[in-house]
Amino acid sequence: MDALKQELKENIIEQLNLEDMSPNDIANDDMLFGDGLGLDSIDALELIVMLDKSYGIKLTDPKEGRAIFESIDTMAAYITEHRTK
Amino acid sequence: MNTDFYITSYCNIKNNQMSLNGSLLFSDESSSFLEFIRSAYKSENTKYPKFFKMDNLSKLAFMAADVLLKNESLNTEGENNIAIVFSNKSSSLDTDRKHQESIQNKETYYPSPAVFVYTLPNICIGEISIKYKLYSENSFFIFDNFNADHLFAYSNSLLSDNKAESVLCGWVEFDDENNYEAFLYLVSKTGTLKHTKQNIITLYTR
Repeated sequence: MDALKQELKENIIEQLNLEDMSPNDIANDDMLFGDGLGLDSIDALELIVMLDKSYGIKLTDPKEGRAIFESIDTMAAYITEHRTK
Repeated sequence: MNTDFYITSYCNIKNNQMSLNGSLLFSDESSSFLEFIRSAYKSENTKYPKFFKMDNLSKLAFMAADVLLKNESLNTEGENNIAIVFSNKSSSLDTDRKHQESIQNKETYYPSPAVFVYTLPNICIGEISIKYKLYSENSFFIFDNFNADHLFAYSNSLLSDNKAESVLCGWVEFDDENNYEAFLYLVSKTGTLKHTKQNIITLYTR
C-alpha cells in the first residue's frame, strides 16, 4: 500500500503539472481539493482518466469521485479494492 | 471616430527572447520553448501556479500580458476595464494536434480533459482575464498574417465607443517549438507614442 501511495503522489504531480512540488510535500491524509492541494474540476477529470489508464478502473458515476479523491489514503484504498491492472 | 490614441507599452517574445518596450528582459536561446517560457516566468517572479497547467499558446500569451499588465497599477480587488483583442494564424493547432494524438488509437484512447479545454485559441484570453480581473470586451481573430489594419481599427473602435479604458491587443502565434511569437501592446487614451498602423508594424517587426 505504501508503494502505491508513493506512486500516486508521483503520478498526480506529473499528470496535473504541480510545479515545484515533490511527493514529500503531500501527506497521505492531505485534502486533495479545496484547501489542501487546491486541485480544480479539470484536475478531477484528469484523475478519473488516470484511474482508467493506470489501474483499469472506470468510474461510471463521477459523483463517486468526491469520496475517492478526498486524499491519497482514500484513493489508494479504492484502487487496491477495484483495480483490474 | 476619434483615432487620437496611444501605445503605452509593448512586449515581444520570439526566438527565446522576451523584451518590454524594446529592452531585453530575458533570454535563453539554448533551451526548448517550454524550458524558456518556464524560466521567463520565474524571472518575472509571478506567483500563479495555474501557469504550469496552461498549453503553449496560453503560456505565451499569459507571459506577454503579465509583463505588460504588472506595470499598470491595476485594481486587484475589483474589475479592470481593459479590453482584449488578440489574433494569430494557427489558432489552437498545437494543442489540437496533441488532442488528436490522444484519440488516434482505440487501444490507447485516453483523451486528456486538461488538454481538451485548450482546443480553442480564446482560452488564453480567459486565463489572462481571470488573473488580472479583466471583464471587458474580448475577441480572438484568425488571419493568414499579422494584420495591423484590423488591430488598429478594432481597438480604436472600442476606445472611441467607450467600451474600454484601454485595450490589450496584438498577435500571439504558436504553431510549434520553432514557430512561435507574441507581440502584445496596450492602447490608451493618453501617452506619447501615437497609435498608428505604421507604429504598430514598426514595433511588431523589431
